[in-house]
Amino acid sequence: MQNPGDLELTRRGVLMGSAAAVALTTGPFTEPAHAAAKRQEPILSTVSFTVNGKPRRLELDTRTTLLDALRDHLHVTGPKKGCDHGQCGACTVLVAGRRINACLTLAVMHEGDSVTTIEGLGLPDGLHPMQAAFVKHDGYQCGYCTPGQICSAVAVLDEIKAGIPSHASTDLTTPPQATAAELRERMSGNICRCGAYSNIVDAITEVAGRQA
Amino acid sequence: MRPFTYERARSPAEAAAAAARSQGAKFIAGGTNLLDLMKLEIEAPPHLIDVNGLALDTIEATPDGGLRIGALVRNTDLAADGRVRRDYGLLSRALLAGASGQLRNKATTAGNLLQRTRCPYFYDTAQPCNKRQPGSGCGAIGGFSRQHAVVGGSEACIATHPSDMAVAMRALDATVETVKPDGATRSIPIADFHRLPGDTPHIETALAPGELIVAVTLPKPVGGVQLYRKVRDRASYAFALVSVGAIVQPDGSGRVALGGVAHKPWRIEAAEAEMPRGAKAVAAQLLAGANPTPANAFKLPLVERTLGAVLAEAKG
Amino acid sequence: MKFDTPATTNPIDRLKVVGRPTSRIDGPLKTTGTAPYAYERHDVVANQAYGYAVGSTIAKGRIASMDVKAAEAAPGVLAVVTAGNAGPLAKADRNIATLLGGPQIEHYHQAIALVVAESFEQARAAAALIRVDYTRADGAFDLERAREGVTGPSKDDPDSTLGDFAGAFAAAPIQLDATYRTPDQSHAMMEPHATIAAWRGDQLTVWTSNQMIDWATTDLAKTLGIPKEKVHVVSPFVGGGFGGKLFLRADTLLAALGARATGRPVKVALPRPLIMNNTTHRPATIQRIRIGATPDGRITAIGHESWSGNLPDGKPENAVDQTRLLYAAPNRLTGTRLAVLDLPEGNAMRAPGEAPGLMALEIAMDEMAEKLGLDPVEFRIRNDTQVDPEKPDRPFSQRQLVECLRLGAERFGWSRRSAQPARNRDGRWLVGTGVAAAFRNNLLTPSAARVRLDKHGMVAVETDMTDIGTGSYTILAQTAAEMMGVGLDKVVVRLGDSKFPVSAGSGGQWGANNSTAGVYAACVKLREAVAQKLGFNSADAVFSDGVVRSGNRSAPLAQAAGDPGLAAEDAIEYGDLGKRYQQSTFGAHFVEVGVDAATAEIRVRRMLAVCAAGRILNPLSARSQVIGAMTMGVGAALMEELAVDTRAGFFVNHDLAGYEVPVHADIPHQEVIFLDETDPISSPMKAKGVGELGLCGVGAAIANAIHNATGARVRDYPITLDKLLDRMPEVG
Repeated sequence: MQNPGDLELTRRGVLMGSAAAVALTTGPFTEPAHAAAKRQEPILSTVSFTVNGKPRRLELDTRTTLLDALRDHLHVTGPKKGCDHGQCGACTVLVAGRRINACLTLAVMHEGDSVTTIEGLGLPDGLHPMQAAFVKHDGYQCGYCTPGQICSAVAVLDEIKAGIPSHASTDLTTPPQATAAELRERMSGNICRCGAYSNIVDAITEVAGRQA
Repeated sequence: MRPFTYERARSPAEAAAAAARSQGAKFIAGGTNLLDLMKLEIEAPPHLIDVNGLALDTIEATPDGGLRIGALVRNTDLAADGRVRRDYGLLSRALLAGASGQLRNKATTAGNLLQRTRCPYFYDTAQPCNKRQPGSGCGAIGGFSRQHAVVGGSEACIATHPSDMAVAMRALDATVETVKPDGATRSIPIADFHRLPGDTPHIETALAPGELIVAVTLPKPVGGVQLYRKVRDRASYAFALVSVGAIVQPDGSGRVALGGVAHKPWRIEAAEAEMPRGAKAVAAQLLAGANPTPANAFKLPLVERTLGAVLAEAKG
Repeated sequence: MKFDTPATTNPIDRLKVVGRPTSRIDGPLKTTGTAPYAYERHDVVANQAYGYAVGSTIAKGRIASMDVKAAEAAPGVLAVVTAGNAGPLAKADRNIATLLGGPQIEHYHQAIALVVAESFEQARAAAALIRVDYTRADGAFDLERAREGVTGPSKDDPDSTLGDFAGAFAAAPIQLDATYRTPDQSHAMMEPHATIAAWRGDQLTVWTSNQMIDWATTDLAKTLGIPKEKVHVVSPFVGGGFGGKLFLRADTLLAALGARATGRPVKVALPRPLIMNNTTHRPATIQRIRIGATPDGRITAIGHESWSGNLPDGKPENAVDQTRLLYAAPNRLTGTRLAVLDLPEGNAMRAPGEAPGLMALEIAMDEMAEKLGLDPVEFRIRNDTQVDPEKPDRPFSQRQLVECLRLGAERFGWSRRSAQPARNRDGRWLVGTGVAAAFRNNLLTPSAARVRLDKHGMVAVETDMTDIGTGSYTILAQTAAEMMGVGLDKVVVRLGDSKFPVSAGSGGQWGANNSTAGVYAACVKLREAVAQKLGFNSADAVFSDGVVRSGNRSAPLAQAAGDPGLAAEDAIEYGDLGKRYQQSTFGAHFVEVGVDAATAEIRVRRMLAVCAAGRILNPLSARSQVIGAMTMGVGAALMEELAVDTRAGFFVNHDLAGYEVPVHADIPHQEVIFLDETDPISSPMKAKGVGELGLCGVGAAIANAIHNATGARVRDYPITLDKLLDRMPEVG
């Protein structure tokens, strides 16, 4: 990586290498303890939505993400927390049929919504065709990104069917097809560090073929 | 994340009024950037106004043949709109080059314009950052700056604007329509919407406190070949090192805007006069006065080469 | 069972279950989100509180003062644990830096506190209220600079030499002397390090995510200063590890301390932005390679020195290990050079040593082939050795590198490659192909298991082995099914629990061979018990289709178990076969890349790996291990780099947006071929590992393909477009 040259020091960068005593807070603000603590009183709000077809009503700290509401409050732990910052896709769920990152949305913003998680697609005694295809093609290894991959894959095929274009679409005006290039681009918001990508595309391709 | 009160607004006026009542309140729509930053306490609004119920999610034709895009139109829906795909291909392409399918399903037109930088020193609250904490310094200058701005930066900040969509909007001469807390409305040309960092990198747009974006309008289609080329290490789900949005007319004239090089979508209209003379001439004007770091100086030839490839592709 | 003579025919050789491509038995759980990972174990203990870890914001120095009053006063907060109130803590030998820092700070984001609260939101918010005043100390953060002060080996890691390297290199008609760089890399497994800890009296249970159960148990007990018997570690599912979860880490210790402080079960997951600096990483290397050869392509001298950094008492990244064994040459020099750096702890990441070592060595081989005017496949073949080059009386147990290269070349269409770089264009893409050898040692480690048979004929396997995505559940079930003569549906496998016999654990691609051999040993004992119970001669008893046969007698397996059932426990232990033979796995990687002629963006178009790694126990999951490793190799070659801020001493891009790993769009269809091989020297399973072999060499194959596409030789990973741009053709 680059080595900051001496000339850089003439700019307004902070000289961080010096052995001076410095004070830093872990957060960006400083204020007296009691005042800081007082501002931390949680604010509760109620929200109702359905999860996998079942009506749920929760009273939650407004700060609770949809992901944490599912995992920690409803014990629906299929959606995974990989990064909590929208950088990995492990938390992918379907809301009103559209895939989203459950970590980057507040539970209270989903009043009246219908949420489908991996458990809503199928359970071990009745696998969804996409789940069965993942098993058949070994489209997973550690399993942690898998629920997100599968929810995303189901949504991807719906998006292609709905004619939504992607970065891989060569022509914006003709309907997209479930080609390997299209699937790879559309699935790119779901990271698999075990590297099952090649098998995942095989699994989705099989399901897409069956649907067509 | 700090505690916050939460309300759902039913109309733009109600949202604006709510913003006027609560100091430091933020509007939340897609939330994909705001919540990310709130988790790190880079943003700490005491009150959130959920604007998702505002019925600003339609795309309508304007009397002069353009499009008026509701602030809440999701990136996916905007990119997929038939009129956008046909007449504003650059916009569709730019949107599809950004983020992931999941994020585009949530992210809104207005929120995309308001994205904050992805500078890692901005994101790490232990590091100096004039944008996050004015006066604390800039960690990126003299630090890890491969992703950073090469033009329009200042001694206070060399962050880039991360949006792809905004680059297209800039090339398409979009206008941002807003309503202020007092109910006043205004239209802000996209060229004036994003600011350069100067000494106040924490002030990123022309919006006043509590001012709400209600729509983005596009003038009538300008035709031409419309291309968006995003250059990045990873093939997808990554921010641009450099991006080039271009509209090229059959006579070789056209428009060019850049992403990944500045604190705002980068377009210099005067440079476009050079388009018939080729990428080198255009890039020279676009990047005049560039002040890269050793780590991101590659962006200068990269812009020229990418633009060259785009112009060649446009020629067919 | 002591394994000290080469394996002969045994029940595994029937290959009715073992060796068949078998869907994972844990697949239905993983694909439905019902496989339980550590942080989500609502089922194991009630009343869980939430812990949020706080990391140091300096790299080196001392905490001058720490104000936790506001955090303690915040709503919902149950406790704030710091080094100041945690009580005495030891440091386990396998940890380099302490897991709970303070007052001394050894690296950025070293944990300094845990805030425990009723809710996750409250814990996270209160953590941000902790105020810390630090006294910063000077640190060394720049490997390039530190390298200058390190010219020789450390006393723990002397150089290996053979013949007269310096003389032979100087005399060689064709010489290469080049320096290569690999960056710091992060495991970036998808599941963050996470633990739920609960005390019942003085008994501690942790539900965690860990590759090595016995290490975690031992080290947690040692760190807390309690007897090992008081610690129970449970880790049935691990959401990826890659070496990052080999050791006790801060999540586990902090959860245990938080639970002790509050009297409540406490769960802790390391926040993603904390992980890359808080935990371990693969250290950066600077590698100097010198190769001398005769004009006909025989290597006469090979030298490989590697510089890396680590915290005081840390180890070097052993990037030179493969160079001792991969190619013949009469004159040799290999050695590591270790600098002290105050960056976070460097430690094992998938194929430690070989992964970065081959990234360098296999470019050097390509460069040398070019100098010699030899095809790079042929050059490697010409320098093959069937014995340990440093100890010629020590043969490889199996070595099919040449076969891998030849078959790979044929299948990949290598003969169509232009030896001249920058000759092949496909539209906007400059296209090139590259090859590299793959090499990774086979490590032998004792591994124990218990096998139970019940009256229904169900076989249960219990071992503290882990499945980190490797497929352990399935191959252990296959092993037990084969040995006991039952179908997979009659086998239950229970893993990742310190109450089970101690296994090899998951690391160093040793898991598959050793842990299945451990189950083999236990099954041999169980078979004897069954035969004895049935009054059969155990030597000639045949176990098949749920029936035991001996001579003209037969009985259902279940009958032997009877109501009380039968159980047997044993371990595989190894004699000196590992000393008498060099045991390694081999492969060849072939890659085609496209480099955008304008932007120099690099995209991989084709990948093929040919592997020779002993018996492949499950070709389906083994293939997945290899393609996964190849994918990680693409990341290492093209994008992965922890960027060091050499002023503040930390990895700057410390999340999954900043540290880029490959996504779907980066990876083409991948081909894997396993050569038919059994290795009777390795274990009764005749297997070895593949999980790391698949990564070894991939990066160099990509680098060599980029050179073939463009003519640009980049020796500094990751190979990003900025390093190629000035060597690309004119645009337009």
